[in-house]
Amino acid sequence: MRQLFLLFTGILFGIVLTKAEVISWYRIQEMFRFQSFHMYGVIGFALVLSIPIIKILKSGVIKDLDGHKIMIEEKPPLFKSAIFGGIIFGMGWAFTGACPGPIYILIGNGYLIYLIILLSAVIGAFLYGFISKRLPH
Amino acid sequence: MSAHDNRIIMIEFLSQPWPWYLGGLGIALVIFLLLIQGRIFGVSSSLETLCTIGGAGRTAEYFRVDWKQRSWLLIFLAGSVIGGFIASGVLSNPDPIDISTATIEDLSGLGIHFDGNFLPESLFNWSNLLTLNGFLLMIGGGLLVGFGSRYAGGCTSGHAISGIADLQLPSMVATIGFFIGGLIAVHLLFPFIF
Repeated sequence: MRQLFLLFTGILFGIVLTKAEVISWYRIQEMFRFQSFHMYGVIGFALVLSIPIIKILKSGVIKDLDGHKIMIEEKPPLFKSAIFGGIIFGMGWAFTGACPGPIYILIGNGYLIYLIILLSAVIGAFLYGFISKRLPH
Repeated sequence: MSAHDNRIIMIEFLSQPWPWYLGGLGIALVIFLLLIQGRIFGVSSSLETLCTIGGAGRTAEYFRVDWKQRSWLLIFLAGSVIGGFIASGVLSNPDPIDISTATIEDLSGLGIHFDGNFLPESLFNWSNLLTLNGFLLMIGGGLLVGFGSRYAGGCTSGHAISGIADLQLPSMVATIGFFIGGLIAVHLLFPFIF
């Protein structure tokens, strides 16, 4: 039952990102060229709604389905890796037109070439894990 | 109206391209649904999980983790693939995507023809993997996505959405990084690649 709920949430995510065209390489180009409000609207409105949602849920009025208080782990204050990793990721986002979520969703849309991009991203994550100790964080 | 008519009207409505506010609303709903399931929205850690399942723990200690704790994310992503399939089938829309004319002109200046699909199919296809720009865009881009998101500790979902929505400073820094990287790629590197 719980796994079905997770699967359903994923299906919703795939439909939303496809229909709002977030998975489009062209939309990402528009965003990085500041030529359309669309992507800023999607991300901005998601944030405007999520900030109060998270505040309310973290206050403990609603518990999660297992009855636990809802908590969000603090990201570690590693600012060097946030900026260096962020820049590397941003370049990949512009090249492929897809961040990790859309890569999976594009495969579902029938763009099977994104299997190669997914495989490359997995190899990229592997390379990071392999040399992470030698990188500045 | 019969229930059948209502269903057809609903499908027609959902098949239109969604405006930005429906996209934002949908993402916020996904975040809410995951939180009440005790999960925090973030996709890129799945790339590490796939490394672990693939046996990367034998070569690097970093991957020696119990991936079963993260198996929820793989179920969620299996759903996302299905969602993409549903959206491209029953909810598909035949009209070309409505991209700004300025972007179409800029891309045309680089020799990239706008074809009305989600992405330029003349660039993203199997035979183009063997050209320099295709290789850089797909293989190079994929490597950067995987390496960068794990180095930064998250991608668009984990940092730009969940992290900023929770007002976390490292996520704001990472998101600034995403933009610097994207701007470098589009404005400085694209003119050399194409």
